[in-house]
Amino acid sequence: MTVMQKKADNPIAHLTSADIEQLGRELDAIRQSILDTRGADDAAYIRKVIATQRYLELGSRAVLLFSIFPPAWLVGTAGLGVAKILENMEIGHNVLHGQWDWMRDPKIHSTTWEWDNATPAEQWKHSHNELHHTYTNVIGKDNDLGYGIMRVDEDQPWTPAALGQVGYNFVNMMFFEYGIAAYDLELRGNLARGGTKDPKFKENARKVVRKIRRQATKDYVVHPLLALPTGSFLPTLAANAVANVIRNVWSHSVIMCGHFPEGVETFEKRSIDGETKGEWYVRQMLGSANISGSKLMHIMTGNLSHQIEHHLFPDLPSNRYAEIAPQVQALFEKYGLTYCARPLVPQVYSAWHKVVRLSLPNGWLETTSVKNLPSQLKLLYGMVKGGPRVRRAAQARMVQQARKAREAKAAAAPVAEERAAA
Amino acid sequence: MSAPTATPSLPRSERAWSRRAVRLAEAATTPLLPADYLDLFAPLRPGAALRGRIVEVVPETADAATLVIKPGSDWAGHLPGQYVRVGVDVDGVRQWRAYSLTHGARRDGHLSITVKAVPDGVVSTYLVREAKPGTLVHLEQAAGDFVLPGEGGKFLMVTAGSGITPVIGMLRNLFPSTAQGVLRPARSSAYDIVVLHVAPSEPDSIFLRDLQALDAAGAIRLVARYDDTHGVLDVDSLTDLVPDLAERVTFACGPAGLLDALEAHHDEAGLALQTEKFRVSRVAVGEGGSVSFAQSGTTVDADGGTPILDAAEEAGVLMPSGCRMGVCFGCVLPLTEGAVRDLRNGEVTVATPGDNVIVQTCINAAAGPCEFDH
Ligand SMILES: Cc1cc2nc3c(=O)[nH]c(=O)nc-3n(C[C@H](O)[C@H](O)[C@H](O)COP(=O)(O)OP(=O)(O)OC[C@H]3O[C@@H](n4cnc5c(N)ncnc54)[C@H](O)[C@@H]3O)c2cc1C
Ligand code: FES
Repeated sequence: MTVMQKKADNPIAHLTSADIEQLGRELDAIRQSILDTRGADDAAYIRKVIATQRYLELGSRAVLLFSIFPPAWLVGTAGLGVAKILENMEIGHNVLHGQWDWMRDPKIHSTTWEWDNATPAEQWKHSHNELHHTYTNVIGKDNDLGYGIMRVDEDQPWTPAALGQVGYNFVNMMFFEYGIAAYDLELRGNLARGGTKDPKFKENARKVVRKIRRQATKDYVVHPLLALPTGSFLPTLAANAVANVIRNVWSHSVIMCGHFPEGVETFEKRSIDGETKGEWYVRQMLGSANISGSKLMHIMTGNLSHQIEHHLFPDLPSNRYAEIAPQVQALFEKYGLTYCARPLVPQVYSAWHKVVRLSLPNGWLETTSVKNLPSQLKLLYGMVKGGPRVRRAAQARMVQQARKAREAKAAAAPVAEERAAA
Repeated sequence: MSAPTATPSLPRSERAWSRRAVRLAEAATTPLLPADYLDLFAPLRPGAALRGRIVEVVPETADAATLVIKPGSDWAGHLPGQYVRVGVDVDGVRQWRAYSLTHGARRDGHLSITVKAVPDGVVSTYLVREAKPGTLVHLEQAAGDFVLPGEGGKFLMVTAGSGITPVIGMLRNLFPSTAQGVLRPARSSAYDIVVLHVAPSEPDSIFLRDLQALDAAGAIRLVARYDDTHGVLDVDSLTDLVPDLAERVTFACGPAGLLDALEAHHDEAGLALQTEKFRVSRVAVGEGGSVSFAQSGTTVDADGGTPILDAAEEAGVLMPSGCRMGVCFGCVLPLTEGAVRDLRNGEVTVATPGDNVIVQTCINAAAGPCEFDH
């Protein structure tokens, strides 16, 4: 991927600014159609999901009181994992977006909600709602792109640190809730900049520590102690740890699918100066990817399977995204844009593939074969040891080589190529 | 979501224990509270946020109905004539309105309110036509000083339309109606009451039968005036209808026009008057207006095309904000009173005192004077 503005075939080159504004009006009309019909059924839906989640969590924790027995451990752990997923995805994420504020129920409101996650709601709302949703996929502004620890775009310079990013991403996936907390604190940037002395940072850090302490006390002390009478202390502790990991892996995977898969566009910082509402919409359309699947899949992903619809209308109730998805997709077709949707497994694969590919300098994988592996590794080693100029030069050479090889192949087998394209 | 507190009557060690138990329960349910789980099973229990369950909906006239509500355990009781603020979800949106209690304390502990459906009325129409037994509603404790003095006296009650409701609460309390007819207990003998009941026509009158029965039993004297037969009531003719008006304290409840006229009349005559207004204030919806911020004490003049966020910042008010385009909810503030208009689709949001509607300031402009809790 390359920022859209630098691509040879810019996917919106065919749209005039009048087209883009018209597209914006058509999207506004879709949003309004949901606002006009938002009502008691939607309210009943979220209340039902919340009640179901609470019953499930209570039930699972009750079963875990007897988790010394393996079947109870399995059932309780699975139930708790699902409860935590529901709580974070379909409930927490969406309530914190203000999707349910219109109900004016102070107990289901973005200003009062707190969630079962290491990061305090307040801090997450800032980094997610205000930064990520406003600057979606703008390189240098949207830190969600690679969470500041990964290279996720060809245009980001390759550094040796990228070689480790498959590992970082794996660790981030296992401990995702702590990763998010650190990310919301801008911990890395603050450490690098010496911002940890800043009173605002200290205050936020204290809040994170307090939140983590409460969460950990609940999962790893109180509930295991409650299970002590049946001798289930350790099994309950393990069950909570596993449930948290299940939730972490799941939410990390779903979220990776939202903006990382191949086919999702990124944007230059400059491109959003004076951006109109229509252009903002287009950026959301091209900067997000959906997961296709069943109703259950949509609920378990918190309807982030409708990432495109969610990014266009972050404040519409999640249960209504499915209904507008065909209308949104029709607009993609009408305006000649690509609606990026795949089932979960290909989408996760695509996102991970990108992480692997970009851990290496541009063009390295393409120009490497079994035969030249030793020399390529030597080149890579040189790039690790060398300075930025060495890296830039070596990468430019490989990109050029790769392009030549592609062109040669295309010339040699035009028929095969056409067939493949069809 | 306040946590239940230990009862002070417990001995000290037990208090310490129950405090510890509460802390343990909180540690087990964080980030929620134990109450959030208990609400699933026992929403009316002691210590819960105050709620009630509708147990019965009884039609009174073509457009009025009485709702019998079982209140939560923490209901603190009320005096006849007081009102209760009721929060109901209509089309999924929580709406709060005040309704007079139409009974004294009942033996079954239930509350009753009588609601008249006003044209286009969001809550009244819902309560009269759609509310079903079993529905949970939200309550506040009873409030209001439209109550009779305990020592008795001579009174004139002027009621118009649904303004009969607080008065019927007082009368039922003084003179309970039973299978044997209206009772006149000794404690009520100190009350000499005339009811002047005004309505557009006889069939529209809520509680007319109750009033007639009270009149027949000699508990009150009823003077009924119907616009269609007697013409619209002229307050200057009050002494004709109630010759001993000067000896009476007047209690009046009805439309603003009637109350204003009575106030002027009684002021001039130097008579005592107590009123209950059903419509506290009308929010004027317009274009732009003065926006005041209660905590900072600043008032800003904002036009109908400028987001409140921009207007306030321009005037130096420190405002929370984020995307400034309506997507992040980083700019929300409680609107305590007034009206705002969504600049994206023109939708107007109105708050009357007590509502505290949370609105996004970055995409809403003032639609009349408004006040924020900020
Ligand atoms: C202290 C107090 C006690 C009250 N007791 C009772 C009671 O016992 N029984 C009862 O039925 N109501 C009572 N009310 C009025 C009640 O609170 C609501 O205002 C009324 O039910 C209308 O609400 P709504 O949501 O249906 O109308 P809204 O949707 O708020 O208003 C719709 C339309 O009706 C008009 N409107 C609003 N209120 C009234 C009104 N009171 N009369 C005529 N038109 C109105 C509005 O201007 C608007 O045009 C009381 C009000 C107060 C302040
Ligand atoms: S500032 Fe983001 S919604 Fe108002």
